[in-house]
Amino acid sequence: MSLYVDIEKNFRDFSLRVKLTDASSSMGILGASGSGKSMTLRCIAGIETPDKGKIVINGKTVFDSEKGINEKPQKRKVGYLFQNYALFPTMTVEKNIGCGFRGKKGERDKKVEEYIRRYHLEGLEKRYPHQLSGGQQQRAALARMMIGEPDAILLDEPFSALDSYLKDVLQRDMKEFLKDYKGDMVLVTHSREEAFQFCRELTLLKDGRILVSGETRSIFDDPGSVEAARLTGCKNITEIQRLDSHHIYAKDWKMILSTEKEVLPCHTHAAIRGHWLTEEKNIPSYINGGENIISMDVIEESETPFEEQYLIRRKEEPEALPIWWMRAKKSTDFHEKSVPCRIYFPPEKIMLLQ
Amino acid sequence: MTEFLAEIDWSPLWISLKTGFIATVIAFFLGIFCARKVMKLSVTARGVLDGLLTMPLVLPPTVAGFCLLLLFSLKRPLGSFLFENFDIKIVQTWKGCVIAAAVIAFPLMYRNARAAFEQVDVNFLYAGQTLGMSDREIFWKVIIPSAAPGIASGTVLAFARAMGEYGATSMLAGNILGKTRTVSVAIAAETAAGNYGTAGFWTVVIVLISFVIVALINIISGKGMKGRRWL
Repeated sequence: MSLYVDIEKNFRDFSLRVKLTDASSSMGILGASGSGKSMTLRCIAGIETPDKGKIVINGKTVFDSEKGINEKPQKRKVGYLFQNYALFPTMTVEKNIGCGFRGKKGERDKKVEEYIRRYHLEGLEKRYPHQLSGGQQQRAALARMMIGEPDAILLDEPFSALDSYLKDVLQRDMKEFLKDYKGDMVLVTHSREEAFQFCRELTLLKDGRILVSGETRSIFDDPGSVEAARLTGCKNITEIQRLDSHHIYAKDWKMILSTEKEVLPCHTHAAIRGHWLTEEKNIPSYINGGENIISMDVIEESETPFEEQYLIRRKEEPEALPIWWMRAKKSTDFHEKSVPCRIYFPPEKIMLLQ
Repeated sequence: MTEFLAEIDWSPLWISLKTGFIATVIAFFLGIFCARKVMKLSVTARGVLDGLLTMPLVLPPTVAGFCLLLLFSLKRPLGSFLFENFDIKIVQTWKGCVIAAAVIAFPLMYRNARAAFEQVDVNFLYAGQTLGMSDREIFWKVIIPSAAPGIASGTVLAFARAMGEYGATSMLAGNILGKTRTVSVAIAAETAAGNYGTAGFWTVVIVLISFVIVALINIISGKGMKGRRWL
């Protein structure tokens, strides 16, 4: 199974240039709304036609502007899961799923029955889409897409229409359903969590351009650029001045930090995720030397059900930019506002950006 | 009263109903066909063609009647061609009634169908395509059922308009009792002749039929609002 996409599409005030090649069968496109991620999926499915480029699905060229190839969506055998699922409102679940069937007429009913069972839709066959819950709708849409045995599947923000409790459950279900799928999957999302969970490979998209693409984990560990770091959810970013090969002066935070990675002259920014910051007293004992331990003031605190969030600033530096510090709740030692604390910035967690 | 009713020649009512029915069938298929074709066009082409197809609705019916007369007159190429080769005569015949009514009713059908198609979420069409359904299948199984209420009200309006057609009909088909005299033509003719009783009778008939039709539309299109309280 393989997927190759290299397309260009121009609009009056927006242009899309995307290149995707898969090294693994689960790819993600992460971007804010308006970054062109859905448009990319639509081009792959054949709903939209790119101005230029080439799309190859499973060895079959379905679009090639130079050779004048542009297969209809019907011929591409690509499954598309729409954001709102696009179940046909005037048809029952059964009929909806039947619409996705490609094959001999006589086998349709048996196959529909099988997919109803596989996607846990027993008893809902005669219901109409508006009589289903969000999760049931998603399963019906999945069944309808999968019954045609597509060569590749495209998931367009599959969880954005759901509330957060349902989301967790459905993400697990979805993983289960997709486990045995042999084709390629491309998932488009604006959620870092979904991208991280579902995609072995990731492409970050901004304003129609690819920022970076590669293995998901390594992108989260080392996004490479300021914009990519922001897209992966990093809030703490500072401009830097290179001091030597392993030391930087963080201009916005007003502190000197040592880094594990080598600082190159091309690095203009550094970043650290709020979750990696620790208090001095919690530093493992094998770390010593006192480097990267800095006195900070807590200037704002807030909490979510399972996490404490603090905004902290270098002590006695009112001009310095505050830093987000997140940690799991331990109930006992909640920091009050304006109580100073000693914070450790792990050198191996400092990301250097261009 | 019974005497009066016994003297009434009922042929105009049957001619009106027959004309309305046939004209609606023509307008129904032609309207849906044109709506589907127009939806596929580019924005500019759509605007131009849409304007052209809506003309019979906005122009006085006599203008449509005049144009149809120009087209089908036996002294004209198309009219003489039809007559000589197929023995078809449109002017001053019942066929003329049907054509005039169909032309006038067509825009109502076409516009309602188009509006109904425009309401259908395009993602349904795209979903159908990616599922491998043919465009024809998508049109009949997905679009038409979703657009059904709009198409239904278009059909009823077209029928009402076709039944009540006067201007174009009187110009193209004339006023031949038992052949082309529809109820609306009869009302005009009887009034002109001073027979206010007969004219009044037909007026009541038309009012009743129109009211039933409008009430019918309301009931059909109101179904979606069932159980919903407004304000």
